[in-house]
Amino acid sequence: MESMAVIESKSLTYTYPGASKPSISDVTIKVEKGEFVLITGPSGCGKTTLCRCFNGLIPHFYQGELTGEMIVAGKDVTKFQTHELAKHVGLVFQNPENQLFALSIEKDVAFGLENLGFSRPEMRERVDWALKLTGIYDIRDRSPHEVSGGQQQRVAIAAVLAMQPEIIVLDEPTSFLDPLSAERIFEVIHELNQRLGITVVLVEHRLDLTARYATHIVIMDRGKVCSNGDTREVLRNEETRLVGVGIPKATLLHQMLIKSGMNISKVTPLSSDELVKLLTEVLVPR
Amino acid sequence: MILVEGVSFKYPSGVEALKGVSLTVKDGEFIAIMGQNGAGKTTLVKHFNGLLKPSSGTIRVDGVETTKTTIASLSKTVGFVFQNPDHQLFSETVEQEIAFALKNFGFEEAVVEKQITWALNLLSLEQYRKTSPFMLSGGERKRVALASVLAWDPQILILDEPTIGQDHEQKEKLRQFILQLQTQGKTVVIVTHDVEFVAECNPRVILMNEGKIVADGEGKEILTNTAALVESSIVLPQVAQIFKKLEPLGFPSNVIDIYEAKDLLLNAWEKQQR
Repeated sequence: MESMAVIESKSLTYTYPGASKPSISDVTIKVEKGEFVLITGPSGCGKTTLCRCFNGLIPHFYQGELTGEMIVAGKDVTKFQTHELAKHVGLVFQNPENQLFALSIEKDVAFGLENLGFSRPEMRERVDWALKLTGIYDIRDRSPHEVSGGQQQRVAIAAVLAMQPEIIVLDEPTSFLDPLSAERIFEVIHELNQRLGITVVLVEHRLDLTARYATHIVIMDRGKVCSNGDTREVLRNEETRLVGVGIPKATLLHQMLIKSGMNISKVTPLSSDELVKLLTEVLVPR
Repeated sequence: MILVEGVSFKYPSGVEALKGVSLTVKDGEFIAIMGQNGAGKTTLVKHFNGLLKPSSGTIRVDGVETTKTTIASLSKTVGFVFQNPDHQLFSETVEQEIAFALKNFGFEEAVVEKQITWALNLLSLEQYRKTSPFMLSGGERKRVALASVLAWDPQILILDEPTIGQDHEQKEKLRQFILQLQTQGKTVVIVTHDVEFVAECNPRVILMNEGKIVADGEGKEILTNTAALVESSIVLPQVAQIFKKLEPLGFPSNVIDIYEAKDLLLNAWEKQQR
């Protein structure tokens, strides 16, 4: 049977130049096309390092020692250059300011396409599409540096989308945003995943805001993958909590109620809405 | 004690960041200042240690007006930890970073040494003593910035967005740590967006919007005030969301604590079983 994996790593181990031990070791993961994967784990667990492997920044830019295998969109990242991989996988970082530089939002979004030599009409079409999808079409003429942090992060996402990648990787994309702007960004990402079937890899600490969207979760600890599987299954696992992952309160409360003997559905909720639904099944109005 | 009376502040660009703010921070209080980007939170707390001086109105720290003293002398009482640690860090090693202010305040060598070790231990940074702060991760750099301020033991501590980039375990440590400072009678003011963190700490909450204080009260009261929170771009903590939706079933709507939530739900369910 043909495999639909768009990302597949086998025993991936990487050591930064000059470092005494690897930052990630023996990472074996598989991401299927159209999945929404959440990668989480304590600070320094290797999440960002792993992200850098997805588009070949490791090993091409960072060098160091890479062993094992990482295949992204059918391409071995050690054999293809980052610009080649950029057609398939787009990266969005924590701080959008580091990614934006053009005089207008529109130009920022067009930059990657210009580099790849697209024709003007084709560029126009793609840029408008990405601007509309992320809800920043109306502010396209403004400087990316005079808009809010939430809008800046939308610009960074639009710039990646314009390349129409199969995979979009976001490394804590909302940590500088207020909660409502963060929630809106996650909704945009969720919609891209649902409507366009783009595979999403999201690195995030705040599972309260994101677990509900994930089909699959990878938990890392000290450079290794310690849990990998269905979001509900992983989050109800006691060991996940012991690693120091912030389980959503709705999930945690559900576990506490079951432990205390409440006869509530065992389907692990990932959001407040899901838990409320389960509770209204067993509780009658007073 | 910090006494803020009718403070307005205009940046040179003409932006009016504070519009007649009045507020009293009592000794030993723990306060979270919340609100969306640009609400004036950071501008307000920068007035507490004299980094900014009001365009009108007054700020008194322990009775002394901030316009009548220096930042250096205020800093000894009011420690300020910036949102972005890179705006604060500059030394070659973590140890030198922490030593810098201590030496400036004129502490003796032995005291400096003792305080450095104490601060490093407190924030689990011992292994980085001789490391450059710029080699560390974002979360670790934030802890170095915090350690360098804590080292001189200020009475009032201001933390601007302390939980950004921190994982769950670090946040829990920070919470424990703030509680510990509380038992020592210290005043702690945090500026934050992190509703879940605030719900767990349950401090006094001040909500700001467009340069004004729009709500001030118990965490339980403010964090369940949907209208005020939405206006400030803040999402309700998850437990509060659950209880808002359970209101039709006869539950109180002002619950933010997960243990209280569990007890309320279990009691209701057990009653139903009888």
